[in-house]
Amino acid sequence: MENEYISTFEIFTTSIIRFWPTWSAIAVVLIGGWITRSKLGLFGRLFDSPVGMTGLIIVLFWIFTAIFADIIAVMPSDAASFTPGIKKGGPGIIDAGNNIIMIWGADNLARDIFSRVVWGSQIVLIIAPAATAVAYMVGITLGLPAGYFGGRIDTVLSFLANLILAFPVILLFYLLVTPEIRQPVYYDLGLFSLPWSIPIGLAGFFFLFPIIFLCTLWLTRFDHAPKKLAMYIGATVIIGLWIYAGLVFGADFAPFNLEPNELNVFAAVVLGSSPGVFRIVRGLTLDIGTRDYVAAAQTRGERPWYIMLWEILPNARGPLIVDGCLRIGYTTILLGTLGFFGLGLSPESPDWGSMINHGRPFVRVASSIHLSLIPALALMTLVLGLNLLADGLREESLRD
Amino acid sequence: MSEPILKIDDLCISFFTRIGEIPAVMDFSCEVMPGEAMGLVGESGCGKSTVALGIMRDLGKNGRIVGGSIKFRGRDMVDMSDEELRKIRGSQISMIYQEPMASLNPAMKVIKQLNEVTMIHEGLSETDASKRSIDLLDAVRLPDPDRIANSYPHQLSGGQQQRIVIAMALLSKPALLLLDEPTTALDVTVEAGIVDLVKDLGKEFGTSMLFISHNLGLILETCDRITVMYSGEAVESGTVKEVFDRMRHPYTQGLFRSIPLPGADKNARPLIAIPGQFPLPHLRPPGCNFGPRCDYFVGGVCDKGDLPMQPVAEEPDHEIRCVRSREIDWNAPPANIKKQESVTAGEIVLRVNNLKKHYQVAANAIFGGIQKRVVKANESVTLEAREAETVAIVGESGCGKSTLAKILLGLETATSGEVFLNDKEIGSVIIHERDTNTVSSVQMVFQNPFDTLNPSHTIGGQIIRVLEKFGMGNNNEERRQRMLELLDLVKLPREFEKRKPRQLSGGQKQRIGIARAFAGHPRVVVADEPVSALDVSVQAAVTELLMDIQRDSRTTMLFISHDMSVVRYLSDRIVVMYLGYVVEQGSTDQVFSPPYHPYTEALLSAVPIADTSVKKKHVVLEGDIPSAMYPPPGCPFQTRCPRKSQVEGDLCERELPPMRELATGHSVLCHLPQSVFDDMDPIISLGDAHADDYAAPIDPTDNQPSSPMH
Amino acid sequence: MFSFILKRLGVMVLTAICLTFIVFYLVNLDPNLEKIAKTQGNMRMTDEQVESWLESNGYREPLIKRYGEWLINTVQGDMGYSLRMQKPVTGELGQRLGYTGILMFWVMVVMVPMALLIGVLAGMREGTKLDRALSVASITTTSAPEYVTGIIFTVIFASTLGWLKGVSSVNNITIENFTLPVITMAIYGMGYIARMTRASMVEVMSSQYIRTARLKGVSFKNIVVKHALRNALIAPFTVIMLQFPWLLTGVVIVEAMFNYKGFGWLLVNAAANNDIDLLLGCSVVAVFVVLSTQLISDIGYAYLNPRIRVN
Repeated sequence: MENEYISTFEIFTTSIIRFWPTWSAIAVVLIGGWITRSKLGLFGRLFDSPVGMTGLIIVLFWIFTAIFADIIAVMPSDAASFTPGIKKGGPGIIDAGNNIIMIWGADNLARDIFSRVVWGSQIVLIIAPAATAVAYMVGITLGLPAGYFGGRIDTVLSFLANLILAFPVILLFYLLVTPEIRQPVYYDLGLFSLPWSIPIGLAGFFFLFPIIFLCTLWLTRFDHAPKKLAMYIGATVIIGLWIYAGLVFGADFAPFNLEPNELNVFAAVVLGSSPGVFRIVRGLTLDIGTRDYVAAAQTRGERPWYIMLWEILPNARGPLIVDGCLRIGYTTILLGTLGFFGLGLSPESPDWGSMINHGRPFVRVASSIHLSLIPALALMTLVLGLNLLADGLREESLRD
Repeated sequence: MSEPILKIDDLCISFFTRIGEIPAVMDFSCEVMPGEAMGLVGESGCGKSTVALGIMRDLGKNGRIVGGSIKFRGRDMVDMSDEELRKIRGSQISMIYQEPMASLNPAMKVIKQLNEVTMIHEGLSETDASKRSIDLLDAVRLPDPDRIANSYPHQLSGGQQQRIVIAMALLSKPALLLLDEPTTALDVTVEAGIVDLVKDLGKEFGTSMLFISHNLGLILETCDRITVMYSGEAVESGTVKEVFDRMRHPYTQGLFRSIPLPGADKNARPLIAIPGQFPLPHLRPPGCNFGPRCDYFVGGVCDKGDLPMQPVAEEPDHEIRCVRSREIDWNAPPANIKKQESVTAGEIVLRVNNLKKHYQVAANAIFGGIQKRVVKANESVTLEAREAETVAIVGESGCGKSTLAKILLGLETATSGEVFLNDKEIGSVIIHERDTNTVSSVQMVFQNPFDTLNPSHTIGGQIIRVLEKFGMGNNNEERRQRMLELLDLVKLPREFEKRKPRQLSGGQKQRIGIARAFAGHPRVVVADEPVSALDVSVQAAVTELLMDIQRDSRTTMLFISHDMSVVRYLSDRIVVMYLGYVVEQGSTDQVFSPPYHPYTEALLSAVPIADTSVKKKHVVLEGDIPSAMYPPPGCPFQTRCPRKSQVEGDLCERELPPMRELATGHSVLCHLPQSVFDDMDPIISLGDAHADDYAAPIDPTDNQPSSPMH
Repeated sequence: MFSFILKRLGVMVLTAICLTFIVFYLVNLDPNLEKIAKTQGNMRMTDEQVESWLESNGYREPLIKRYGEWLINTVQGDMGYSLRMQKPVTGELGQRLGYTGILMFWVMVVMVPMALLIGVLAGMREGTKLDRALSVASITTTSAPEYVTGIIFTVIFASTLGWLKGVSSVNNITIENFTLPVITMAIYGMGYIARMTRASMVEVMSSQYIRTARLKGVSFKNIVVKHALRNALIAPFTVIMLQFPWLLTGVVIVEAMFNYKGFGWLLVNAAANNDIDLLLGCSVVAVFVVLSTQLISDIGYAYLNPRIRVN
């Protein structure tokens, strides 16, 4: 029995309608932002830049799709349809057996591409920003002293950063994200056993940085108020280590957990982006460090870390925000690359890179191009949105 | 009377931005006769640079001439096409502006940039053009023109670069030369050379000049006529003598009263600042723009309608924009001058003994990195400062004054020698090893007001942090109170507590800088050119504030500056530095009257003074300040010293001079024999007219201008 | 100048040794070695058999010693033996590098002039419609990595229109099967270089010395060509050189996608099969390419910038 299709026009309209939670949320944010734009500083001025606004809308589209994925997607990400003839079905195919319309077609395992793309957005929009955030913690904590102190610290740290940057990214991934490396070795420590592998080691190292950064922040700010200091540091350390145990070692009592695959990918991506952040922060520190207000802080006896965190860093906000947007885009591309080579998350995951990779054998036949094309377009639009947003922000920050 | 070369009538220029139309120049009129030099004076933002750019029709994307005409040689330039403008630029009208290094293409050799002018406008071949260019390099008094022609701009000093820019402007023998603050970025002694050059070349080539500056003294020395601008309009114009001696506009009077002329004295005759601030371009008051700040403002008269430029009685060329001019008594002394008691100095608070600071640098960071050179930033600096005293440290770039400041504040440590603060040695103690007491005892007011405050924190927050660091106040509330008191001290409204630096003007920011420095009751405050980046009228206010606070708290002030006029006005003792050495030291009177160190002579002669009755001896130094990396042997000053021939043999080139005491507390570092010192004439002599007050009537016939102008 | 180059070369060698050692270490971890033993021997070896196989084949010698031996051999030109391909590494590498060289050559020929032209045209008059259009186009291309553009172009030109082929062959290079790989790589790199060029051009065009040239009466065309370009193109040169590390990744992706059996394809193969010697050989080449382009970039920048070159 031949499967039926809906018309092209219906595909179009259904696509738009299905995203209704996203459109509503975007409208709310835009209207709310417009009203309060004078209070929003740089983001408020974004409304004056058409390029920036376009980028913002695209980014918001994907963010809200990820948030509302439960509502928008019609099938779970790994569910295969058993209706005959659905495999590699073109866009608009009607799956009578499951009573749904696969508006963007089905893949070679008869899964709904539309739903998988929607679920995939969740993955991207959790890992990419999170990895970028951690990379920022690492880059800032190391870039500030490199730029401020100079000398040997700078030479050593810059050498290490160059080392990582000189490493061909693809080689890095292949070496770090292979199944053999992934296998953790368990060390029995009496009360519990501690898993250990290179990715766990890397992740353990990187995830320390947010905790270190925050603690240094409190230490320098509250050096004259010991009670407040104790409170802030205590809270940070306890909550931090609790989350840390879960993310890195997979402890059950912790709130968040990562699959070994996910941990691997995370560590590799953070390793790949940190040196870039380091370079930028170091450059900004060298530049801002020559200003008179830094000298003024020095002459009143401020300690170096206070100056770095409270005098220099707040004034690097603008360029760092712009770079942040670009870097999330770059991280997205890295994730896609990993997926493309099959190095990423598990084969069933709806990660866009993997989807492109699985659809590759079928791309040369006109009837099955949609398997790779659709996730490719999804990835491209997200990165495009981030880039346009960054460009708009940069333009507005310069137009002061 | 021939036709004016340049005739500007009712010129209006506006900028079109996101906010709307902002008028920058309004109804501006001006005439420049052939061979004449017209000075255009005003503070920043008054529109003078916009006028110059308007003449060149280079107003950028947003600027447009919206009214009036600019007639060059009779033809209205507003009507000209782009092609015609291109032909005129560089050949008939040339422009020179502020930063010489930025004005030259770093990737092109000097000779190529020069040749372009004649090759484009006169169609010369490259060989002919090169010959002309080298001739002109000679005319601008550059030594070794062939070598310089084949160099890149960054290989030359600031003074040399500006001469090249001047040469480039004059290559095609233009009829009109526009100069927009051409010497502001240069050292004072270098500036004097450039000013000299420009005057002579103007005479030689017969070029008319439009000289734009905020420095009244400079205008006096170089120009025949002057136009004063305020907030986009011309408010007074006439010959230099007419305007300087018989000013008839309240703004001009205010300007003259706020600059430290030789007759001013910080206790008996303090500077008088112009109250208030510039109106924002889109919020100009009705009627007279200067009205809200004017001492002679009368409601109903001064704030109505458009005020035209009208001639002054008996001087038809002298015009002013003021409706009350004839009613004002221009001879009256300024109202409410607060005469202060002069302060007696106390015990010695700061003692610097034979301080040396040497830096090791790689001669070139990339190439030749193995070889290191030593920069001798400070050499054998010895000085003393007493309580409540103001000691000025004077010198140009490379003299070591900033290094001295850094050592005092603990940002650097001395290589050898000692610095004693109340008998405690601090010269070898870096800032983070100093105890809180010492840290709060020595504080600094920084030079650049726009960078002195952190843009990300509130004003109140920043001051409170300082108080926290100095351990003042026992809790947040006490500190906040003290912060508000400090705001009162620097005469700023208390609501500034919540503002961010972005919302403050330059002068206001500098006041916060002063509040910050005095927050911890310091013994010594180092002020590093605290007002040189501010407008003239604001300078007076901030300088007075600094003096007031210092007087009340009996703090010792180390005032670093290159501006001899300000230094004379407010310091008790002066230390003159050159290339790391102290070359002269003494009380203000001792340093400003003979005998002088030859460098002091040149420095005093170089400073432009905006007073027609002052007679100045003309001493111009050749060459540029040597680099601190390659100091000359023997006396540091010998490469430029005009009195070198008065010393026997080549002593100056071989031996460092001894420090000689010419009188108690007055010493110089020089080989000159005592007889030469005894014979020295004063550099600056005041005319009799300025004995008592500022604007006494002067008979035009018995005044000699101070400089050899036409 | 000479000591500068020498110092940089020294750092380069040090970096190369560090990187190759890291690769050596990672590649020789136990799980990998186990896999090799099982593939070379038989899949059902017990742990003791694996151990003895590894020992007899010299895999249990101290790591530093083995690295040292490998290093000496490599410097002399012998990069070992590919277990998977049953061929010496050096020869195989050389051949595949050649194929990739052809690809890279054409990519550069297409990409660099276009990117510079776009950047200069956009930055010449900032804010005009041309500038906006070119800028948005550049941003779009930087958003499309090779695996995205490759798919899109294949879909358009091969699957739908049928003008070009979506598969390539190293032995038979024709316009039909070579165009897609070349433009896929060129498009992605073009955007970034164009953006940097534009930024540099904008900065130069708003500088004081350009205003001096304008006030001297120089025509706009001459301002751009004679005054602006020689200053504006310094930064893009370094950017182009520093693109090589990313182009390496691009090569891998493109060769995998279009089945072009060059160096990238070889690298992926080696990594997927843990072919130690081959993988190390590829790493050496990759590291060498990256470091030498960094060196050229530094030297080039110092040389092109008169402020640094002429003292």
